[in-house]
Amino acid sequence: MNIISPGFGGRRRSSRADLPPGQYLTHDFPVLSAGPTPRIPLDRWRFTVTNESGTKQTWNWPEFQALPYEDVTVDIHCVTKWSKLGTSWRGVSLDTLLADTDTAADYAMVHAYGGYTTNLPLEDLLDGKAWIAYRYDGEDLHPEHGGPARMLVPHLYFWKSAKWVNGVEMLIADEPGFWESAGYHNYGDPWREQRYQGD
Amino acid sequence: MARAAVSGRLTWRVATLAEARWETATARTLVLDLPDWPGHLPGQHVDVRLTAPDGYRAQRSYSIASAWSGGGPVELTVQRLEDGEVSTYLTDVYAVGAPVELRGPVGGWFVWRAAQPAPVLLVAGGSGIVPLMAMIRARGAVRGRQPFRLVYSVRTPDDAYYAGELARRVRDDPGLDVHYIYTRRTPEDWPEPPKRISVATVNTHGWPPDFGPACFVCGPTGFVETTADILVALGHDPRRIRTERFGGTS
Repeated sequence: MNIISPGFGGRRRSSRADLPPGQYLTHDFPVLSAGPTPRIPLDRWRFTVTNESGTKQTWNWPEFQALPYEDVTVDIHCVTKWSKLGTSWRGVSLDTLLADTDTAADYAMVHAYGGYTTNLPLEDLLDGKAWIAYRYDGEDLHPEHGGPARMLVPHLYFWKSAKWVNGVEMLIADEPGFWESAGYHNYGDPWREQRYQGD
Repeated sequence: MARAAVSGRLTWRVATLAEARWETATARTLVLDLPDWPGHLPGQHVDVRLTAPDGYRAQRSYSIASAWSGGGPVELTVQRLEDGEVSTYLTDVYAVGAPVELRGPVGGWFVWRAAQPAPVLLVAGGSGIVPLMAMIRARGAVRGRQPFRLVYSVRTPDDAYYAGELARRVRDDPGLDVHYIYTRRTPEDWPEPPKRISVATVNTHGWPPDFGPACFVCGPTGFVETTADILVALGHDPRRIRTERFGGTS
């Protein structure tokens, strides 16, 4: 099916090979959240990794800040159609945070302050593909963009990059997270345009 | 958090523009005929896809303005954004009788369900009224008894969508209240100068947190951030505050 819209296309934005299908380029940093922005005092902030048998490893903010960090520049793609190229972040690799975790799980659930969750295969968090980011564009990460710290998984649609992240839980069996239970795609690969369930 | 089950694949459908009307000088309501539409909940949105004669495509999301009562057209209200490639087409070029591709409904979180007994506070900034209007219309369609309050922030009286219908519904839909905030210019006989939404506004025209209202806030990012912060500061349970932020889409 190819429905042509006569008269459309006169003021198009640039098409670029580095934009996934159906996305357009923005220079803003739009915010998408399901509820109010939580404010988490740093002295109460915790990040907890839980394996499938319930063993927990927790970092407070000073312990987290003492971990080796990486500076990364990545493209991000939101399911609401905007993409932003060349964004600069500082964060701790999930490889670092999960190095001592004893797990045979294939899946992970990411948890955040405010109750948000998102699920993904554990392998998508490993091998240099994901970070817990706490600086954006040279500044501390603002609360509306997920500060003090957010997940950064740039190869998937940005709802997988949970704001206000406070933990990762290993799961033997996959379970849907917040948007994944509300009609969005379980995996969310922007290059395959996996926006909604069934895409 | 509450879950909503949405199943099945969202396929592209062809809608036809049955009629159109201007809500303001820059916002146009599209009344779309959509055969086999599965129905939607108020607050959900659709994706619209346009294809140019040379194959170039663009997609955007638009909130549904109408309530679904088992049949009839689906209405979207599109705000023209000056640099918007899709919105300017839909407001200025798209003609009655022409087709457009659309899929949905999308979104199972920012929705109101008529079975929910709680009072409802709706807070809209500008074009953020659209999904909230769908909720007001859905309540009207089922003669819902839940008390609804709408706080609607607009720049000037000329920027208010659905003004006539809202005035009629305040008269005819029992338990619906509407309060306007004008940020740039008020009507002539308005009792206060232009102002932005504040703790006082939400405290006076919202519900006390003790009533356990469901709160829906929709508008530009800054407006939503401010309003959601006010609601939390007034003691509303953050889990009962649902937000939808517009921004960056054109």
